[in-house]
Amino acid sequence: MPKLTFPRMGESWRTFKMLLEDLGNEVVVPPRPSKRTLDLGVRYSPEFACFPLKILMGTYLETVEMGADTIVTSGGVGPCRAGEYAMLHHKILKDLGHDIKMIVFEPPRLQPLNFIKNVRALNKNRTSIRGIIAHIKRAWRKLQALDNAEKLSHVVRPREITRGTTSKMYRRVLGWIDQAYTTEQIIEAETTALKALREIPQDPDREILKVGIVGEIYVLLEPASNLEMEETLGNLGVEVERSMFLTGWTRDNTWTETTEMMSVKEAAAPYLPELVGGHGRDSIGNTILCAKRGFDGMIQIAPFTCIPEIVARTILPRVSRDYDIPVLTFFLDEQTGKAGMSTRLEAFTDLMRRKKRLQKRHFTLTG
Amino acid sequence: MKAYLGIDVGSVSINFVVINEAGEVITGLYLRTKGRPIQMIQEGLKKTAELILPDYEIIGVGTTGSGRYLAGIMVGADVVKNEITAHAVAASTMVPDVQTVFEIGGQDSKIIILRGGIVTDFAMNTVCAAGTGSFLDQQAARLNIPINQFGGLALQSSVPVRIAGRCTVFAESDMIHKQQMGHQIPDIINGLCEALVRNYLNNVGKGKEILPPIVFQGGVAANVGIKAAFEKALGEPVLVPRHFDIMGAIGAAQLAQEEVQNKRTSFKGFKIIGLPYHTGSFECDGCSNVCEVVEIYEEDRVIGRWGSRCSKWDIV
Repeated sequence: MPKLTFPRMGESWRTFKMLLEDLGNEVVVPPRPSKRTLDLGVRYSPEFACFPLKILMGTYLETVEMGADTIVTSGGVGPCRAGEYAMLHHKILKDLGHDIKMIVFEPPRLQPLNFIKNVRALNKNRTSIRGIIAHIKRAWRKLQALDNAEKLSHVVRPREITRGTTSKMYRRVLGWIDQAYTTEQIIEAETTALKALREIPQDPDREILKVGIVGEIYVLLEPASNLEMEETLGNLGVEVERSMFLTGWTRDNTWTETTEMMSVKEAAAPYLPELVGGHGRDSIGNTILCAKRGFDGMIQIAPFTCIPEIVARTILPRVSRDYDIPVLTFFLDEQTGKAGMSTRLEAFTDLMRRKKRLQKRHFTLTG
Repeated sequence: MKAYLGIDVGSVSINFVVINEAGEVITGLYLRTKGRPIQMIQEGLKKTAELILPDYEIIGVGTTGSGRYLAGIMVGADVVKNEITAHAVAASTMVPDVQTVFEIGGQDSKIIILRGGIVTDFAMNTVCAAGTGSFLDQQAARLNIPINQFGGLALQSSVPVRIAGRCTVFAESDMIHKQQMGHQIPDIINGLCEALVRNYLNNVGKGKEILPPIVFQGGVAANVGIKAAFEKALGEPVLVPRHFDIMGAIGAAQLAQEEVQNKRTSFKGFKIIGLPYHTGSFECDGCSNVCEVVEIYEEDRVIGRWGSRCSKWDIV
């Protein structure tokens, strides 16, 4: 039987593993990106390619060693080179003598035939269409449970009394959600997980800052690629709201459900009316929406040389001025030294805290 | 008399400052790090002790710079702060109405925007060290000119020479090209200063509202050529404070003074000058992160560990 693997992005692998197994496949779980992943990826990728390509290259090589022979991944549209990465990875793997099959999902709305063909290739159990839909629904529910636990961990961590409790508990609850299989079990595991996170001893009086994180999807979703920035911020007393979750996409793309009665696209329109590929426009739109919701600051993260985010980066100073919200940008590459990032995050936190205190003082004086 | 100690452990230099209750600088030391921070911290403390003992008693210590945790653990700091905050604090006490701070050190260059004494924005070079002290050091060494005369030569330039400033590799090959064409050294150095300033304003200073008074500090502020290039590019005077090269340490000392208002210092005292320190490192095999964990020993006792991504190796 073919052995399947797929790109790793945060904890979502738990869902993809379940779904692919439900369809009758054997799955090789991609390991968490490590130094070795990076070494392999950098060695076999073009030097000028971006960080996600290199990490994924390393991950694929590691999973091939573990016996994987088929890779399931996504393509992409628009002017971001990541859309070509599946093909490039395939060619590099072939050059290295690995006879790997690549199953590439393009957006189903644009290429419905590709979607049907790929689903058929993955459906080893010959499950009925109705069965497949049920599997996907359950997998989606699990993905939501994983995302909800992660979101709550971002709220609890800055308030925890003992440093590290949230991270420890979060790792535990992931295991519970992972074990759950039926929809009922998933919902139960989610409820228990959220309760356990909420019950972590917290300091209600602590002065908490709220920061939004925007940027390129891979470095946003895989903590190993952004030096665990969210955890670092949590430890500095910052509540993080990441603009992107795998399950969040639908919400962000329908304007009625955002509280500002405005979609990300509409918010970005006065600054950037065009699609620049990747998530450049989302980075701008989300910064504006977060500013309107009274966030204390924004952080943009992107792979070094990422064109869509470079476009966003050049526009963000104006957004920052217009909406009076501090914005800090990080370009990430294979650096593993955390010191530079910690310094900037600490200074950024100092800046936001002083600004907030000043505003409060001003408010009490005038009001 | 009571006094506060500030230590700034940077990539190129380690600075020690002692300030009194009024915030005046009593002593300031600028030492080269030489890649040996632990040794230089001990040496700096020794020199500081010789200068201030027995007249002053240290009742608060702050550390800053990229080696701030190392220094903080060694000496027992009351406050360990990032260099952006430290530099901003120092600049705003030296020039109370300052609105813009340029700080260029060995590896970092930053811009800090203040309004009404509060930091409202900052930026730091991210992926490129073009235009920082290390590169100037390198070029001075290549041209066999002492670094303290390097900037002065730029002022003797009479003909503009354009050097690419985007990247040090481009800059260096451009400089060599111009030198082999027969351009004068002062003109080339002046071109380099202008290129670095152009790059700084375009990269680090991008989108920032640069309003006077402008303070220029950090080791590179000693370079009069860069200062002149800034003034030419901005059309505004640029102030270099008297203690420009030890501002981070001054800020750390001021923050320490704030911190120990109602408590006793955790400073271990000057006795640590004689203690043996050494470091060791290992790779943790607890998970796939394979973190490189560094340990620092005071005598035979581990006093600090860092480098791990989880709390497993947190001290002690």
